[in-house]
Parts: sequence; structure tokens; C-alpha cells
Amino acid sequence: MTKLETALLDLLQEDCRLPLEKLAVMTGATVSEVAEAIENMEKEQIILRYAPLINWDKTDKERVEAMIEVRVTPQRDMGFDAVAKRIYNFDEVKSLYLMSGGYDLLVLVEAPTLKQLAMFVSEKLSALEMVTGTATSFVLKRYKEHGVVFEGEKTDHRQVIVP
Amino acid sequence: MNYDRYLNPAIAAVPPSGIRRFFDMASTMRDVISLGVGEPDFITPYYIRNAAVNSILNGETQYTANRGLPELRREISLYLSSRFHVEYNPDEEIVVTIGASEAIDTALRAIVSPGDEVLVPEPSYVSYSPSVVFAGGVPVGVPTLAENQFRITADAVRNAVTERTKALILPYPNNPTGAVMEESDLVALAEVVREKQLLVISDEIYAELTYGERTHVSFASLTGMWDYTLTINGFSKAFAMTGWRVGYICGPKELISVINKIHQYAILCSPRQGQAAALEALRRGKENDYAEVAQMRESYDRRRRLMVDSFRAMGLACFEPLGAFYVFPSVKTVGLSSEEFCQRLLEEEHVACVPGTAFGACGEGHIRCSYATGIDKLNVALERMEKFVARVKKG
Repeated sequence: MTKLETALLDLLQEDCRLPLEKLAVMTGATVSEVAEAIENMEKEQIILRYAPLINWDKTDKERVEAMIEVRVTPQRDMGFDAVAKRIYNFDEVKSLYLMSGGYDLLVLVEAPTLKQLAMFVSEKLSALEMVTGTATSFVLKRYKEHGVVFEGEKTDHRQVIVP
Repeated sequence: MNYDRYLNPAIAAVPPSGIRRFFDMASTMRDVISLGVGEPDFITPYYIRNAAVNSILNGETQYTANRGLPELRREISLYLSSRFHVEYNPDEEIVVTIGASEAIDTALRAIVSPGDEVLVPEPSYVSYSPSVVFAGGVPVGVPTLAENQFRITADAVRNAVTERTKALILPYPNNPTGAVMEESDLVALAEVVREKQLLVISDEIYAELTYGERTHVSFASLTGMWDYTLTINGFSKAFAMTGWRVGYICGPKELISVINKIHQYAILCSPRQGQAAALEALRRGKENDYAEVAQMRESYDRRRRLMVDSFRAMGLACFEPLGAFYVFPSVKTVGLSSEEFCQRLLEEEHVACVPGTAFGACGEGHIRCSYATGIDKLNVALERMEKFVARVKKG
């Protein structure tokens, strides 16, 4: 990673709508250098997409989320990757991580209703032959994601003007 | 009842701070974006806060030594030596104060006799001149100019010196201009200091916040200048610790012992939990090469570039500040005085800035904009200012 790339990731993570011109000014690079660096990072899949952070609880969309701890039997020669691929191909799976500790995979699942989520676990996930056990925990409330507090008190405690 | 007969007329005559009026106005507005905040937008790093909590839980609720915790003074000594190449003996040459503010006040009270003159570069921080008056002295403003990058020149100092001149306040990196002094400027200044036998009160509170390849040069680190210098610094700006009120003053023991005499009677000691936090800031900083400070500096630097570029794009002349977290653009081309500009900007666009005149008469024509605020807010403020400038220029 170049210094410019690191700085750009820092800035874009904060606000991915910053125009190239402003990114260039802030990093001290030219607009074309910035454009090239971003394009490279997109090509190398360092930057995967530019998405907003949404507080769904404030919308009227019905949505249930759960985190499922999954224990599996690794496949010969393929390790956990083959199992993971089977699992992440389900549309319901939003995130999937290989974990250290008491279980193997952590699956973040999202479905419109509780019933549909339960069906996913019992019919799709548990039905996989290499899955030996699951433990499902439902998300009740979201406090903070990606460093952003969803409904906090004001964080700027400064006086409005200070000499 | 008329209290005039009780008040000291010299002190009652000192005008209230020029920011007060704007503060009152801005405080009543709801969607105001403030570029008027002279303190970091970062919160003190967690491990530093935690050190203060632990100190409370451990029952460390007593006074410390007047000069501050011995281990804190040791760390300050090591810090100044490694970062700025100045050496101070922790036992005799350092006093921990209630922020750099107390250090300025106490230093002036220790050296100023009635009628003594103290040179104060302008524009500069609001407390210097009043503190000179409170100490019984006469502040003598030495204007600095945009065409000299707001640096104080040896000639300007030489011309301002009279037989009553005792000291020079050297506030760099500067609030409100963001100016820094290059080593060559300081070397030239040192000659005048030696020739006129001035004492230099070097307020280096923004020392960690300089941008570009350069790093801060401490006045006391110049050949022969240690003997003529009181070095003031603190934790507020570098470690985002404004509310903790911990600073320090260092210098020759003959001066520091008198400063400590005032400090001991007036203050007793800086708050213990603040000192515990400061100690952790320096210990951890030494271990991780001041990583948090570097991170904050980098973040300020990006915003600094954004501000300068945006003001220039609006057609406002803007000297490139290389220190602190302020830009000081000129609003002369807009056709308003600093005060009018800030007042109308606040009323019409709900953006708060501080008029340059709050920092001395020669700040007229400029406004101070702090960029210690999130980029999202800065961008909104800059858009509003651009609209405002275009509208006013059009008449």
C-alpha cells in the first residue's frame, strides 16, 4: 500500500461521496493520481463497493437478523473453504467468517420474517451434510456498526466558540 | 450598589474578550456549524482516560508535590529532550501547571514589575495582553503581517524595544494565524534577544501540530538561548486533553523557583487525575512513537489543505498555515470588516468564525477558521461560506 492509498481508504471509509477533486486536495496528490489509485484498489478488490450505512430500525421494512455459530466437519483437501462456499451462496447469508474458538463459522443471516429465518436454519443450513451443529442468536437492537453509533447522545461536548 | 470603588480600575478597564458576543449569538442557534472552536475535535485517547479512572479508583485523591508528580516531570523532561532537543532538570527546572494558561499568567507575574513592557506579537492568543496587564505590566503589540507569513521579524522586535522592555512572548505555532517560525527566523530573533537582553516566553502548546516536512524548533534549543527562555507547553492540543487542564513551564531554576512560589500559593498543584492522565500520555507515547498524535496530525493536515484550497477558490487570499489547526483567510476583497463578515455569516448562513480583530487590531481584514471539525461539517460550512461570499460581493 502506498501512503496515498492508505489516506484515500481512510477518507473514503468516512465519506465515499467525497469528489476526486477534494480527495486530491486533502492528500496533496493530483486528481489523476487519485483516480488511478482508486481504480487500482477497485481492480485489486481492496475497495469492493460504495454503500451507505443504514439504520433499518428507523424504516418500516420488516427484517430479522441473526448470528449463527456453526460447527462443521472440514472437507478433505479443501479445509473450510468448500463448506464456506456452500454456505455463502445462500442469499440469506449477509456475512460469513471463519472463527477461532469454540465454533468454526459465524454466519450473519437476514430474512424478512422470523419464520423464514427459522426455515433457513432448519431446512437449508442444518441440512448441509458437513454441518454438525448450529446455535442461533437473534439480533434485538443495533447500537453501533462500522464505528458509527446509531442512536447516541451528542458526542461533541465543546463550547460553540473557544479562543 | 456601585462596586467601582472596590474594583481595581486597571483590571476593570481590560475589555471583555472579542469572542464573547459571537459566543452569545451562536449559542442560541440550532443548526450552527462552528469553525470557532479552538480545541481538538478528538476525544482524549481511551488509555489516557483510563489512567485517570484508575487513579481515582486507587484512591489517589490527594495533593501532589507543588511542582507536579515527580514521575510526570521526569517524563516531561524526557519528552522535551527527545522531541524538541531541549534539556530540563525535572527536579528544579519544571513546574506542572493548570494548562499553559496558568503558566503564562504565573510567568508574567514572576517577572513583570509595574510599568515593565512585554512585547506581544499580534494577532495572537487572546490572553497574553490581559495577563500582562493583570501582572502590572504594559503589553506592547508587535504586528505581524501576511506578507511575512505572520512571522515576527527581528527588525520588528528591535524597533519595539524600549528601556522598559523586559520580555517577548513567542507564540508559535500561532493561534489564530497558523504561522510557524523557521529556524532561520528564530536565529535572527536570537540575536536581538541577546543584544537587548530580553526574556523569551515561548508558548509552544501547538508544537506537535506542524505540517509538511518541517518539525517544530524550540526556541530554547538554539545556541545560547536556553538561558533566556521560559518554555511553555502542555497536553491540550497534542493529546486532545483540553478539559484536563495540564500544562507545564520550564526554564532556568532561578526563574522556575519564583514561578513555583506563586504557583504554590495560588494553585497548590495541578489536579492529580489530570497529571495521572498526562503521565500515561507520555509513557505510552514514548512506547508507540506518539502514534495517536501522528494520526491526529495527519487528519488535521488533510482538513487544512481542504480549507486553504476552498478559501482560495472563493477568491479569498489565504496564506498557507503550517501549524496549529487554524486558517486565517483575508476577507478584504469581500468589502466587509472582520466583525461584519463574521456577524453576517453567522446570521445569514449559521456558520461561526472568529473575527481577526479578537486577536489584536492588526487582525482586521481576516477571520479565524478552526478546522478541528469533521470533514462532513467542514464541507457544509465551506459551501455556505462560498454562497455568502458570492452574494456579498455581488452586492
